[in-house]
Parts: sequence; structure tokens; C-alpha cells
Amino acid sequence: MSERPNKSVFDKKYSKKSQKKEIWRRMKKNKLSIIGLVIFCILVIIALSADFIADYEELAIKQHGDIRLQKPSKEHIFGTDQYGRDLLARMVHGSRISLGLGFFTTGISLAIGGFLGAMTGYYGGIFDEIVMRLMDILLSIPALLLAIAIVSALGPNMINLLIAITISQIPGFTRIVRSTVLTVVGEDYIEAARACGSKDFRIITNDVLPNAIGPIIVQGTMSVAKMILLAAGLSFIGLGIQPPQPEWGYMLSEAREYMRDYPHLVLIPGIAIAISVFSINLIGDGLRDALDPRLRN
Amino acid sequence: MKKTDDNERPLVEIIDIKKYFKTPFGLLHAVDNISLSISRGKTLGIVGESGCGKSTLGRVVLRLIPPTDGKILFNGENILDYDKKKMRLMRQKMQMIFQDPYSSLNPRKTVYEIIAEPLVVNCIFDSKRKINERVLFMMETVGLAERFINTYPHELDGGRRQRIGLARALSMNPQFIVCDEPVSALDVSIQAQILNLLMDLQDSLGLTYMFITHDLSVVKHISDEIAVLYIGQCVERAPSRELFQNPIHPYTKILLSSIPVPSLKSRSIQREVVKGEVTDPINPKPGCRFAPRCKYYKPECLSEELELKEVKPNHYVMCRLFG
Repeated sequence: MSERPNKSVFDKKYSKKSQKKEIWRRMKKNKLSIIGLVIFCILVIIALSADFIADYEELAIKQHGDIRLQKPSKEHIFGTDQYGRDLLARMVHGSRISLGLGFFTTGISLAIGGFLGAMTGYYGGIFDEIVMRLMDILLSIPALLLAIAIVSALGPNMINLLIAITISQIPGFTRIVRSTVLTVVGEDYIEAARACGSKDFRIITNDVLPNAIGPIIVQGTMSVAKMILLAAGLSFIGLGIQPPQPEWGYMLSEAREYMRDYPHLVLIPGIAIAISVFSINLIGDGLRDALDPRLRN
Repeated sequence: MKKTDDNERPLVEIIDIKKYFKTPFGLLHAVDNISLSISRGKTLGIVGESGCGKSTLGRVVLRLIPPTDGKILFNGENILDYDKKKMRLMRQKMQMIFQDPYSSLNPRKTVYEIIAEPLVVNCIFDSKRKINERVLFMMETVGLAERFINTYPHELDGGRRQRIGLARALSMNPQFIVCDEPVSALDVSIQAQILNLLMDLQDSLGLTYMFITHDLSVVKHISDEIAVLYIGQCVERAPSRELFQNPIHPYTKILLSSIPVPSLKSRSIQREVVKGEVTDPINPKPGCRFAPRCKYYKPECLSEELELKEVKPNHYVMCRLFG
């Protein structure tokens, strides 16, 4: 035992770090998810450098009556909107709110819903019953209606909008996580982990959740898109982002009246939403496959 | 070595264990008043048909599911009195090997992670190097080539997977292992390998086994003592040799006569075939549970609760007519 020649190889090979590398290696093989990752990185860079691309006050907020509804041109690459604001500037600044909102709300509702789902699925019993009936109550109210109720109770502003759409998405996550956790908990390896003397928390984080990750990632990536659209809907009825703040979804709905004559006003925010959602979905799919060792090759 | 008085006391004693499950139709008597004991370094075989409570008994003994009533003495101490923390420490001494090597290994973990898990959880070693050495040593012990250390379970065949499960169970040097049909999911050639490995390990490490199976030829091969279960009750218990030569309970007789004999002559042998179906384990009637299928049935069989009686030294039977 003491004179194993490949000891250094051993330590190198089986550290946790090499697993991350392994996941990245598998992820790289999936060309589509790399395309998604590249698009997504570009979007994030644009959002982060918005202030360098276009001046917020001057171009994205201030109204210019003389250059209303211009088609794309050299000065205004995406044209201008009905108040003479540069559409590119608004798109760029809007990406901060839209993407940030999509990710932030998904992250929070995934964390809360995931926690509740894992707990209910793992422990079951009375706790499960109570939480799930509460979730049923939340689910029985349409997401938009629930968000409207919350925002109008708390008052329309950005924070309340975030709270509202986060709450409306929690039941979905709880159910998805709970149902996948339920199928995993029945497996023998969970019992084996218990027989080893693992604590419940370790079993949930080490054995249960990694095996339930697939559906959670899929639901999470889809939810980002749902969140952006839900925020747009709320902003449209005046309960979310307050104009003149730029936000993709709101820009889209605001431009509806001009759709026939100035289609770029609708197309550009629409395509932007579609592209970001698409890229996130591609990343999600790639990640799900890369995390599953059974799909290796 | 151990003191002598320690050696005389059975390692595991199960006293009047009951496990009832609540169902919408009543109480399901999965394990009903079973008392057994297993001596250090010996193997107790548990046989019975599907649904008779074998696996439940195995899990109850390890306290993976809480029994409804009874005592489980390990080294003379009742582990049911232990709190959570003490029980976790206790688990190092008692391990389990599962029936299905496909579902008992986490598909997201490598062989190394699976075998190292108990060591990490229980903080047995303070350095990673020691854990690595232990894992390699365990793999050597169970006959897994070192090159598999970084593979995932789905890449290996059933026999190798079962070896991983064995290495995981052994990595903490347990004294007692519950083997829940460890070979029934494997094909025959590999069954023999795993059984021989189990017996070799018993010799070299002084392990004590509770070996649950429905396969009588397997149990004959490995056990020192055998307990026959029928609907949650132990109907006959005897040393392995005695049971096979001299079965007393009608159910045991039928079980033994159902072992296939690989010989042409055996075609002419009349086999006893059990008729009817297993009685419903939900709210069973008092008296002998095998009575509805028994060809020696007499009305008084159902009259009162039966008890295990010692008919010969160390040979216990629960039967009104033959006991």
C-alpha cells in the first residue's frame, strides 16, 4: 500500500476540481450550448457596459419631438420610438432591467421553491401536506392576477414588482422539485447513504438534488423567459416598471399601436427577448446533459 | 482479541420485533414478533417468499425504519434507545448490502466517491491521503481493479457494481452486515463469485452476516443458521444442516422440495407444490398463518396464537401439529 507509484496522479485525478473540468469538457462538446453561452455572454457584456454605449438621460429618457418614429438609419441604428428616443439606447439600457429581473426573480423563486420542494419531498408528512396545500392555493390564482394583487397592495415600483413575480413563480418550482425529489428518495442509494450515517442535509445536497437537477434546470431556464414576459405584462398595465424607464417587455407592448407602420419598434425588443430566452435555454440543455455522467461521450 | 464473555454473547439479538404498516385497509403485519440472535462471526440466513417481511426485518434491524415494538440489542445494548447522534456513530459498525446493484449506487458519483462517502461522513480519517489509501485498499479487498476508480457505476457490470456496494459497506470496518438478497439480481456465474467473496471476507475480517434471500441453494451455501419466515412470523429456525436434513414445519418442507435438482432422475420425484396464495398480511387471523395452504390443516390450527417451540436442541418450530 505504502509504495503506490501513481500517488500524485491519484491526487490530481480525483480532486473536486477535476470534476468541474470534466463537466466543462462535456459542455464544450455540445456546440449548441456553446453558441448559447456566447450569445448570453455578449448580452451580459452589453448590459454591463450600457453606460459606455449610450447616455442614459440624453438618449434613453429624454424625449425629442423632432425625431419621432424614425426608421433605422446611421445616427439611430435601431431608429427612434414614438417620443423620439433612440431605440438602441433604450434597448441597451433596457437589457439591464429585463435580464436582471429575469435572473433575479428566477434565482430567488428557485431558491425558495427548491428549498420547500426538497424539504416536502424528502420529509413528507404533515409539513408536506401544509406546504403543498398552500402552493395549491397560490397555483389556483393565475400568475398575472396574483402579481397584480400583490403589486397593487404594495404599490407599483420595481421592488414590489420583483416580489410579486417571484412569489407567483414559487409554486411551480416547489412542485417540480418536490416531484423529482420524490422519485429520487425512493431509490436504494438514499437508504444506503442513510445507512452510512449521513445527515439529512448532506443526503439532500449530495445525493438527492444532484439526481433531481435535470427538470429543475429546464424549469429554471424556461422561467427566465416567463419572468421577463410577466414583468412586461405588469408594466403594460402600469403596475411594474414605470415609464419612461426602458424595459424590453414594456417597450414591446408600448409599441403595439405603431406596429403596422413601424414594425421595427416591435420587432427589435421582440427579437431581443427571443434571443436571450433562446440562449438561456440552450445553456440550460447543455448544462443538464453535462451534469449527467450517464450521458457522457 | 475479544474477551471470552463478550464472545459468548450473540452480537445481534432481536427481541420481539414488530413492524406494522398502516394501510387504508388495516394494519399490515410486515414483521410480527420475531426474535432471533446472531453469534459473532456467524451467518444467519433469512428465507421466505416475496412479501413475507424479509427485507423489512433487515431494515428494521439496522434501524433504517423504526420498528413498532421490540428491542434490538447490538453488543448487548438496545440501539433503539440511542439518540440520532449516537445512532449515526453506531452505523459504522452495522452496514447493509442491497439487492439491486443498479439502484443502490448513486449514478452521479464515481466509484471513488461512493466508497469514500462513509469515510468522509464519519470523519474517520483526518487527511485525504488516508481516505485515498483506504479506498484503494477496499477496492483491492473486494477485487475491483484500480483502473475503475474514476468510473461511474453505469459503466460497470452488475457483479462489479455489487463489489462497489460491498466495498462501501466494508470501508468502515463494520462488525455486522445485513445482506438483502445481494446476489439475486446477478447472473449465476457472478452469484458464485460474490458469495465466495462474502465468505472469504467473513473469514478474514470476522464479519457477522444476516443474509436475506429467497434462494434456498444460496442460503444453504452460506448460512450457519436459517430462519424461515412466513407472513411476518418466523415459523422455523434451526442450524443450516439440521434444517435441510430434518425440516419439520410443513412450509419448510415445501420450500425445500421446491429446490431444483439438476438431474434427470429427479423428474420422477414427486414434488410437494404449495397451493393457493399467501394469506393477506393485513389484520391476519389468529393461529397458524400457513393453515389455509397446509395439507395437514386441522381446525384447531386456527384456535390460538402459536409460539416457537424448541423441538430439538436449537431447532425451533411454530406448528401445532408437528411442534
